[in-house]
Amino acid sequence: MFSVQTFGDTGKMKDYHYTGPVEHRFSPYAFNGGTVLAVAGEDFAIVASDTRLSEGYSIHSRDSPKCYKLTDTTVIGCSGFHGDCLTLTKIIDARLKMYKHSNNKTMTSGAIAAMLSTILYGRRFFPYYVYNIIGGLDEEGKGAVYSFDPVGSYQRDTYKAGGSASAMLQPLLDNQIGFKNMEGVQHVPLTQDKAVQLVKDVFISAAERDVYTGDALRVCIITKEGIDEQTVALRKD
Amino acid sequence: MALQDLCNYHDILVDDATSESAPFGKRIGFKNMSGLTLRNSTSLFKFYIPAPEYLEGSPIQFGQVSTIQSSKDILHPDSILQSLSSLTAPPLASSQSVPLPFPMSHGTTTLAFMFQGGVLAAADTRSSCSGLVACPAAQKILPIHSHLVSTTSGTSADCALWKRILARELRLYQLRHGRRLSTGGAAKLLSHMLHPFKGTKLCVAATLCGWDGGEVEECRDQDFDLKDCREVTKSQVRSLEKSLDASLDKAQRASLEADGQLSLTRKKQSFSGPRLFYVCSDGTRLQGSLFSVGSGSPYAYSILDQGVEWKLTVDEAISIAREAVYRATHRDAYSGNFVDIYHISSKGWTRRSREDLKEEYYREKEKRTKEKRDVAGLDSVCAEK
Repeated sequence: MFSVQTFGDTGKMKDYHYTGPVEHRFSPYAFNGGTVLAVAGEDFAIVASDTRLSEGYSIHSRDSPKCYKLTDTTVIGCSGFHGDCLTLTKIIDARLKMYKHSNNKTMTSGAIAAMLSTILYGRRFFPYYVYNIIGGLDEEGKGAVYSFDPVGSYQRDTYKAGGSASAMLQPLLDNQIGFKNMEGVQHVPLTQDKAVQLVKDVFISAAERDVYTGDALRVCIITKEGIDEQTVALRKD
Repeated sequence: MALQDLCNYHDILVDDATSESAPFGKRIGFKNMSGLTLRNSTSLFKFYIPAPEYLEGSPIQFGQVSTIQSSKDILHPDSILQSLSSLTAPPLASSQSVPLPFPMSHGTTTLAFMFQGGVLAAADTRSSCSGLVACPAAQKILPIHSHLVSTTSGTSADCALWKRILARELRLYQLRHGRRLSTGGAAKLLSHMLHPFKGTKLCVAATLCGWDGGEVEECRDQDFDLKDCREVTKSQVRSLEKSLDASLDKAQRASLEADGQLSLTRKKQSFSGPRLFYVCSDGTRLQGSLFSVGSGSPYAYSILDQGVEWKLTVDEAISIAREAVYRATHRDAYSGNFVDIYHISSKGWTRRSREDLKEEYYREKEKRTKEKRDVAGLDSVCAEK
């Protein structure tokens, strides 16, 4: 995709005033927007993403979800540059198959996270422009969320938001799930229904304020019974 | 095969004839590799290297300069490294003329100093990404083995991955030579591994804090496993400190060496005690007794320079370290949240439970108001008289 570098960082347009001759360089990256979110519970994990694929002022698709199922217990959410998202998920799928064939078992969520870290770092000097969040069940059946930066630094969290609206959603999750910055509140553990409702509310808020988030929301709920997918409509403007 | 081509992942069991340019100790029984033989800087990185077709096949020049001629050498790693071969798919060092559309994680306060009780390492836990706090609970002190801990500063991905590589290399050294590599040796190893990437955007500034073991024979009996490492609470640290004081008697150490427990074949002295090294990706490698790294280091230095002496007790050292990190987080925007403190002694490293600096702030505020009240009370008493 030939994208002219009239965009500043993160795909936001620069001011249009004449500053003199401007050299337009080809940039191999494009920013396709989208927000991903993952929450880990006691025995479940939720990975949710919006389904809008945009570039600059245009929307390419309203039905391009960003959660990809990797195994029966792991789902990855990738947002950022759609081309790199597609290639990265293909590479992860291939490596999962290879692992299955050589070791005769499926990769656990923790192992997938470690492998993804090395895959991303292998391109340290020409990175995959993807913000990844892996959600799944660990070996003990507890929910696990692993969040990554584009070059492979990762850690295990309880909840994480990534993508274009991450700066808006993360503080809300800190407050509602992590009970941060509240005094004298009882820390109740998160139930699955409350978590799903919270995720839906949070995305509705994100769609209100972030232009790159909207259209529809895809929620994947991972439990030991399997992966359940729900779709919820969001603002389309 | 199609899968492997897609991933550029070559089957490590396929044997390879081109083994003559193997790096330090890559093949078992490679006799002349007793240390770090650097043939050329690239031989350090003869692990699996992805063929950079994405850079060469495209007609568009991304401005890369292949400083490592890795495109031609795809060596097959040892079978021992099977699980780790993909770990070290080393990044191709291209000159960064492709501007990155996202910022990297940076900014921190870490510190480490030596004292009579060993080495103390402390760090904040904020991982920031040009204005946004990417993670308020990051881990900046990474244990490498039972007696070596590294504080990391710079890009978090670089630090995490290089610490993994260093840990693997140290373990291999230990298996091949039957003894742990000293902290100085580990620092040199890390420095040489980072050297090929000098000039690139790689940013790693680590302090290696370790306790070097005694003589070779004794080392074999020591437990190398990582079971020594455990989280402890404050009370357990105090009891540990008591047991430490006995083992750290300098006179004892000197008498051990004088006893001739040193193997007669080895004439070199073996040092036993705490060690602290600073290694940076621009090539700096320094030994010292006090280091602070990161954007908050000037603030931490002021507290440390005032308070650190050799004869501190463990508790005093911990409180100075905590204070230094707290002051730095108070003034530096890129440091904050919690403080991690690790203590390395002859028994290994121990970690204190993470402390929230918000509590520290409120504790100090309470202390200040109490002092003001006391002073005001004294004044009123004096006034009455």
